[in-house]
Amino acid sequence: MTMRSENGAGVGAPAEGAGLESLPGSGSPPGGVPAEAVQAERQRWMSVLAKAQLSELEQAWDQVEERPAFQWLRPPEIGMVMVRARSGGTGGQFNLGQMTVTRCALRVDSGATGLGYVQGRSKRHAELAAIFDALLQDGGRRAVLDEEVIRPLAAAYDRRRDERSRKANSTKVNFFTLVRGEND
Amino acid sequence: MYVAVKGGEQAILNSHKVIAEERRGDPAVPELTLAQVKEQMQLAVDRVMTEGSLYDRDLAALAIKQAQGDLVEAIFLLRAYRTTLTRFGATLPIDTAKMAVRRRISAAYKDLPGGQVLGPSYDYTHRLLDFALAAEEGVGAPQVDMAEEPVDESIPRVTDILNHEGLIEEEVAADDEARVADLTREPMEFPAERDMRLQNLARGDEGFLLALGYSTQRGYGRNHPFAGEIRLGEVAVAFEPEELGFPIEIGEITVSECQMINQFAGSAERPPQFTRGYGLAFGHCERKTMAMALVDRALRARELDETVDYPAQDEEFVLYHSDNVEASGFVQHLKLPHYVDFQSELQLIRSLRRRHDEEQMEAAE
Repeated sequence: MTMRSENGAGVGAPAEGAGLESLPGSGSPPGGVPAEAVQAERQRWMSVLAKAQLSELEQAWDQVEERPAFQWLRPPEIGMVMVRARSGGTGGQFNLGQMTVTRCALRVDSGATGLGYVQGRSKRHAELAAIFDALLQDGGRRAVLDEEVIRPLAAAYDRRRDERSRKANSTKVNFFTLVRGEND
Repeated sequence: MYVAVKGGEQAILNSHKVIAEERRGDPAVPELTLAQVKEQMQLAVDRVMTEGSLYDRDLAALAIKQAQGDLVEAIFLLRAYRTTLTRFGATLPIDTAKMAVRRRISAAYKDLPGGQVLGPSYDYTHRLLDFALAAEEGVGAPQVDMAEEPVDESIPRVTDILNHEGLIEEEVAADDEARVADLTREPMEFPAERDMRLQNLARGDEGFLLALGYSTQRGYGRNHPFAGEIRLGEVAVAFEPEELGFPIEIGEITVSECQMINQFAGSAERPPQFTRGYGLAFGHCERKTMAMALVDRALRARELDETVDYPAQDEEFVLYHSDNVEASGFVQHLKLPHYVDFQSELQLIRSLRRRHDEEQMEAAE
């Protein structure tokens, strides 16, 4: 299995003149759909892709037909973000600490650019997230990919979360009061 | 006078070999894997991530293995590694109200919306050594009960419940566009504002904060605390990449949170009400967040017109000494060669001693 560009163009090196400033809105919205709706959709799938497990993404990728060639706009890079929080949960912001993140950007042969920003240090995870992000911007492929990739990944995440939560809920205290009643 | 001291090179190389052998221990015992550390030494991993100030379970596990389980050394390793990474920016503030709660307790209210969820905790164990864990065949795969339903999707904060009555101070973001202090890029400044203090405490040494928090309870800071709420669970982390122009979730982290509620008699500007101390840490670091919340409240003395009488209220004392990487470095630098310094001290003490002896003789005559 390979996802390298067949023609070898620009693999592993930023493409000339392919500035990252060209990224916003690079996925042309399908006719009639407002830009905010597309943005909300993209937020949703990028979140699902970032929170998915790498093994699940690999599996999903294995199922994809017509894998596109792509070139890197920015090869995977490991860095970090400063995680912010609020005093008391709701007050002024403060810096809690940092978190490792891997990011990359690429352009598939259809012209769409995909972006990967994922927690941790897996370059492969960022790469798969970015390539799915690019493919999902293709109005012709979105419905199928959403059905076959994004929904199952989201369902798997929800399942893990639900299982964890139901385990926690088994530890919920059920207070009861012992009534020492008067005889009547 | 500077005297070059050479000749330690081979000794140092050999010392590295000795430490590598010590770290490995008895070769007849299987070598520890990072997955084992990550999965079975989770609370050590959490402490290293919190005080190393970098959320990455794999790196924390590596640091713990490399440091032979010396957590302060592991924290140092993680902090050092961090300096090699580029920073992409700052996240949106995490929202602990939207936490997928695995543990949530309140010592202030028994019956409260969302209930008391004990989750994973050693609080209710007997603290007797469990020899089942020492058994050769191990513990296998322990089974956990599952409730029919998950924990409530959204659990109100205890502080918000009190807030309805106006009996507790509110935590509001006065100016959300304001610059947030960052100790990784700027030195500490005094007076230190809450953002700087909380960042310092969040990565501060647990033992130091625990002792200081304890001191406030014993009368060196009197702030009559209640554990209003303690939470453990997962929160989403959202980040807005420059090139995208809108925020996306990039992952999920486990955090511990403690909302401490404290008595406050009131001041010229404020009526009597409860005040708050806040603790937050990566992973499951409950004791740390409780200590942090106590110290956070104590450090609000200036803001609340309280007199600063005790160490835990003294921000310079607390913030300058909370970091175990700095503290460990400065204490341990005493091991570095001070041969020349010591020679001059030796000469000084000899001359003082001579004068002392002469004076004694004169006095005797």
